[in-house]
Amino acid sequence: MSQRFAIQTEGLGRVYQLKRKRGETAPKTLVALEGVDSEVKQGELFGLLGPNGAGKTTLIKILTTLLLPTSGRALVDGIDIVQDPQEVRRRINMVSGGETCGYGLLTVEENLWMFTQFYGLTDRVARERINEMLEVVGLSDRRKTKSHFLSTGMKQKMNFARGFLNDPQILFLDEPTLGLDVQTSRVLRDFVKRWVRERPGKTLLLTTHYMAEADELCDRVAIIDKGKILACDTPANLKRRLQRASIFKLQTTPLEMSNRFSDLPGVSKFIEHQRNGHTELNFILENENVLVKILDAVQAGGGHLLSLEKREPTLEDVFIDLVGRGFGDEETPLEVEK
Amino acid sequence: MKNFRRDLNIFLRTVRGRSYPRLIGMQREKSWIFFDTFLPLLATTAYVFIYRALNAPPEFTGFVVLGGAMTAYWLNVLWSMATQLYWEKETGNLSLYLIAPTSRMAILLGMALGGMAATTLRAVTVLLLGSLLFDVTFSVENWGALLLVFVLTLVALYGLGMIFASLFLLWGREAWHLAQLFQEPVFLISGFYFPVRNLGFWVSIGASIIPITFGLDAMRQLLYPQAQWGFLDVNIEIAVLALLSVLFLVLAHRMLLWMETLARREGRLTVRGQ
Repeated sequence: MSQRFAIQTEGLGRVYQLKRKRGETAPKTLVALEGVDSEVKQGELFGLLGPNGAGKTTLIKILTTLLLPTSGRALVDGIDIVQDPQEVRRRINMVSGGETCGYGLLTVEENLWMFTQFYGLTDRVARERINEMLEVVGLSDRRKTKSHFLSTGMKQKMNFARGFLNDPQILFLDEPTLGLDVQTSRVLRDFVKRWVRERPGKTLLLTTHYMAEADELCDRVAIIDKGKILACDTPANLKRRLQRASIFKLQTTPLEMSNRFSDLPGVSKFIEHQRNGHTELNFILENENVLVKILDAVQAGGGHLLSLEKREPTLEDVFIDLVGRGFGDEETPLEVEK
Repeated sequence: MKNFRRDLNIFLRTVRGRSYPRLIGMQREKSWIFFDTFLPLLATTAYVFIYRALNAPPEFTGFVVLGGAMTAYWLNVLWSMATQLYWEKETGNLSLYLIAPTSRMAILLGMALGGMAATTLRAVTVLLLGSLLFDVTFSVENWGALLLVFVLTLVALYGLGMIFASLFLLWGREAWHLAQLFQEPVFLISGFYFPVRNLGFWVSIGASIIPITFGLDAMRQLLYPQAQWGFLDVNIEIAVLALLSVLFLVLAHRMLLWMETLARREGRLTVRGQ
């Protein structure tokens, strides 16, 4: 670990000891992270992309000193998170989407002011930063509103503003746009981009399960599943993995025995969803010629084609290609490995 | 030196920042006037009438009014100090406190000072109303000693509250029940409504682990120098309170470090509903 990165992990792991249920003799464990090696450069907007339960939040909790790893090592701004957590805390902040902060009895600006005090900001600096952030999140006209009168979205915006108040070197955003409306999400994403681009040396680690968000924002993305990093590269390079593949989405009338697609030569991956009374099939094919065989198989299965769409690869396709299932799918995939 | 000044600045600002919600909350949520003054006065009134019916010496009315005023502190320590870290975890604030480069003691101290200030107003209200309603007169000869006892009692009591805060965080959901479990027995063994020496020497000594026991006893002796209801000499009680103050603050600091390490190891800091 000679070169100084904003974040660096080596073999980082976290195993939770679960409570034993009555009658169980052996202790149960849950592996949340396993052997995570990663390097995030200073000034980078780095994304962690993975489904719920993939280990993204556990990794963030470790890097923000809220959780100790059970194996491996992590450095934040060159400082060991286990050896010197207090020094790490001087350089970071964190925003978790869907979370609120502060006290309902306090106004928006009082809540934000309280958090600035935990970082030792003078009242003048605190006031300037609060004003700036309230403008960014569009809460300037609500500054004197007690936070228990705010809507859930507004509370989230207040929490988002809080994360930037200490002007951290490294900011951790854990699903920051979770549950926010499209317009607000857009505003926050734009600000996040500006924040990293306009302030050299600032680093941002973003976890999300929104593909488009990761694709749009991140310089590099690590795809994580079941506690392991499966791939890490720029969004463009990750999608280039599927450059030669053909990606199709089909909608058909309800199909039975859709597993027959797995026997077709040339089908790299496929996943199936039942939606609104029809079947949705997503294919990653070795080449377009395989499509004819798929359509034959649909017909043979008694289905009728409702729509057919050929797509450019997305990060979700990369995830499907790596893991064999989509983000919202159960862990047992319908796909077949070739 | 530079780091010390920086850390001191963060410490003091944290105390100020975290005490603010307590102070402002009292102004914005006026329900305390009913719950924290009227209700304690009811219990106080009952005891006053019992003592009057039994023809107890008049200073007993003063004892009861003082005890009624001090209940505000005990309730504040139990419900707003001891359970606070647990509730902070449940509302999502705890993780934000812990990722900040500030002292955990400063956060608890902020809560304590804010709580003390707010509760003092409530206690004074009970004391004044009780004194007016029941025609209580005190004959203080040593104001300095009285102030010292009062301050030491609060320091030790809120130090105990800080220890409880760490323990209650680890005990999780049981915290609520534990607070209820502690509330009433302490009213009894600390002698909130009667001189504690009536419980006998060993029970009174045992009860002195709760700072309010000796605090109340010493204050009663200083408010009524002629009365002969004190348990130990005031100077001894002051010494014990001073000892408890230091002991509880040191223990609270250690408990916080221990709690934080354990909770980081076991992942308890952010997992809710435990």
